[in-house]
Amino acid sequence: MTTDVLNDHDSHEGEHHDDHKMTGIKRWLYTTNHKDIGSMYLWFSFIMFLVGGALAMVIRAELFQPGLQIVEPDFFNQLTTVHGLIMVFGAIMPAFVGFANWMLPMMIGAPDMALPRLNNWSFWILPFAFAILIGSFFMESGAPNFGWTFYAPLSTTYSNGSTAFFVFAVHIMGISSIMGAINIVVTIMNMRAPGMTYMKMPLFVWTFFITAYLLIAVMPILAGVVTMLLTDTYFGTSFFDAAGGGDPVLFQHIFWFFGHPEVYIMILPAFGIVSTIIPAFSRKKLFGYSSMVYATSSIAFLSFIVWAHHMFTTGMPLFGELFFMYCTMLIAVPTGVKVFNWMATMWRGSMTFETPMLFSIAFVILFTIGGFSGLMLALTPVDFQYHDTYFVVAHFHYVLVTGSLFSIFAGAYYWLPKWTGHMYDETLGKVHFWCSLISVNLLFFPMHFLGLAGMPRRIPDYALQFADFNKWVSIGGFAFGLSQLIFLAVVIKCIRGGEKASAKPWEGAEGLEWTVASPAPYHTFTTPPKID
Amino acid sequence: MTTKKYETYYVPAQSHWPIVGAVALFMIAFGAGNYVSDLAKGESGLGGYLLLAGIALVIYMMFGWFKNVIDESMSGKYSPQLDASFRQGMTWFIFSEVMFFAAFFGALFYVRMFSVPWLDGAGNNVMTGEVLWPDFTATWPLIKTPDGTVTQGMGWYGLPLINTILLMTSSITAHFAHIALEQDRRPQLKAWLGVTILLGVAFLGFQVLEYSHGYSEEMKLYLTSGIYGNTFYMLTGFHGMHVTLGTVMLIVMFLRILKGHFSPKSHFAFQAASWYWHFVDVVWVMLFVFVYIL
Ligand code: HEM
Ligand SMILES: [Cu+2]
Repeated sequence: MTTDVLNDHDSHEGEHHDDHKMTGIKRWLYTTNHKDIGSMYLWFSFIMFLVGGALAMVIRAELFQPGLQIVEPDFFNQLTTVHGLIMVFGAIMPAFVGFANWMLPMMIGAPDMALPRLNNWSFWILPFAFAILIGSFFMESGAPNFGWTFYAPLSTTYSNGSTAFFVFAVHIMGISSIMGAINIVVTIMNMRAPGMTYMKMPLFVWTFFITAYLLIAVMPILAGVVTMLLTDTYFGTSFFDAAGGGDPVLFQHIFWFFGHPEVYIMILPAFGIVSTIIPAFSRKKLFGYSSMVYATSSIAFLSFIVWAHHMFTTGMPLFGELFFMYCTMLIAVPTGVKVFNWMATMWRGSMTFETPMLFSIAFVILFTIGGFSGLMLALTPVDFQYHDTYFVVAHFHYVLVTGSLFSIFAGAYYWLPKWTGHMYDETLGKVHFWCSLISVNLLFFPMHFLGLAGMPRRIPDYALQFADFNKWVSIGGFAFGLSQLIFLAVVIKCIRGGEKASAKPWEGAEGLEWTVASPAPYHTFTTPPKID
Repeated sequence: MTTKKYETYYVPAQSHWPIVGAVALFMIAFGAGNYVSDLAKGESGLGGYLLLAGIALVIYMMFGWFKNVIDESMSGKYSPQLDASFRQGMTWFIFSEVMFFAAFFGALFYVRMFSVPWLDGAGNNVMTGEVLWPDFTATWPLIKTPDGTVTQGMGWYGLPLINTILLMTSSITAHFAHIALEQDRRPQLKAWLGVTILLGVAFLGFQVLEYSHGYSEEMKLYLTSGIYGNTFYMLTGFHGMHVTLGTVMLIVMFLRILKGHFSPKSHFAFQAASWYWHFVDVVWVMLFVFVYIL
């Protein structure tokens, strides 16, 4: 299969297509094209990343010194809550859906996603959902202030009145996610080019496949729990109120039954991206492809039976404490398999260190640090000390920022030439990488020690002994925030011009997406390629 | 000839329906948010109207969107592969609905197995019982909550049993209708589908009757009657909403059949509606066992 052949296919597109590009705003509002929709997802996610980041800057400014300087405690709670919600549901998840949209059809040799109109709907729900969520800052009640985990009774009995808007915003976000996930599953099951069996799919495709299943399984649980929250707050039910026979801990069980798979929803696609990039720049095949597939599947399965590791301090029965501790530690096994395979892929490869590879290597190391702190948290008696301290904050920022977010950067640099047709500015990319790497560790590493020393999370003030570390953490935070503007500059520069990218700018890259021109034509694979 | 199958995947034209749908969902979410918040403050604003307008817009969107799809389908633009996409999409949608009910069933099992007994001192919670509500006794149905709200349990005989029989029968008649469609026996198809719809409507009627018993002075079984009333109304209520939706789907199928749509080979929409109907039936059986009988 050569590039020419495929370009030839592309040139007589149109006969079977009613899909002609409209111009102006209508193109984006009405589009059914997976590349358009992918771009919109990616831009949306980046904007949300900047908004959520701005909130974090205010948080770090307040925590720069002990005492209350800038914001009121209640507003501080609103900041942490909305920061978390935006980053999880507005930045990380949509970014991955953006990757899925752009890359999956090209990687499996399909003309588009299986259900293109549904795809458009899934995307356009999101801006509206976040308009409601962010808009609640300007409402009478203020924004949600009960943490991104919205535990009852903080969000019921003690709600500041923002619960209703929050619940309905989450409902429509959930609809968007479920439809997006159904689309991904159906595309992968049904649209693969002839000859592409499941075990021939790129690992990237596998991870998105499994992630989509997780989404379909747990987003409805989230819908259920926010519904109970709504009726508890406004319609007199007592699901989470012991006086009526319910239990506030029930909230945590249902929430985390959603919540733990959710954290894997945010990391499995990252595994897929990194597993694509590391072989490309090591110029070797991915080590242990099938073990990667099995490891991903078992992580997904295990993620359903570990949820209560977030609840060790709620006074569960002893059996529960032990069961969830052991199951959680079990997850380290498939995760270890993955880390091993990445290392083995690099071992004796002829490596080069372009920006995507730098982010991927940083991912492997720093995500592993996050995994280790996760293991510490998984030990029930130890978690009694760490729970709700900055140690937990350090843990999940290592897995989410240096994990998920770094993989998103890696993927963006890797595929930017395919998306835009231009090479990005390698020097600027490297500057972005090193600034991010240094500042992110300054930002999150000291949090481990703050947590071990007992600094609680989600509190706007702290004891004097934590002052030094917090100062450095805040400086790291501001530096990390500023560094991301470099990324924005790189992307804009790359879209507007730069060295022309060839169809396959990365020597070691593999996959169908590199067989089409750069930038990828509006329609690709209108007739499927043959895989042998 | 596998490649042939893949050659004509129909990538649909751009469409304005999705964005209309997104705006409608926004109106629903924002309207409902305002409505509920105002309700709590004892005020009344425009939220309710926005909500209703949103719902109307969704219905309009569904009409337009489905009409579009039906036209395309009837004009033969769709391939078997696209049909498979639709089928798989519907299957996974139903699976997500199953998980939605799972959340409420999970809550039900949790309170019955754990939290209600714990409030009465089960396990290592003796002091919980003693200190918080010493007079509380754990029972199920929870006819007296810890804070003293009194209610009554809904029996499984009578209306719920009749409803079970109705819905189980309707699942069978829906299946007969499907067979008739596949064998191209249109009169039977119409008859069986008609019967299915009537059974569904009857079910809903009885459900309303049952609720009115619950809300009567003698039963005092309200949505607010503690965790028993909560789980009872939320589970049966959401189920009832799904039956309503399923019935509407079946009615639409009926109208389309009258117009001569569907053939023994190609009838995805009908299939989807009947899958949905079977799903609703299975959920009811679970409800009947866990909410009413046990
Ligand atoms: C190596 C596997 C992992 C283990 C063993 C693990 C373990 C844990 C444990 C025990 C907690 C609860 C700590 C506490 O609240 O006391 C926790 C919190 C958390 N973890 Fe992990 N984790 C792992 C990987 C991940 C990954 C991959 C992500 C996301 C990409 C993640 C995201 C989170 C988040 C967001 C929280 C905090 C939730 C909150 O309370 O706000 N974890 N983790
Ligand atoms: Cu977890």
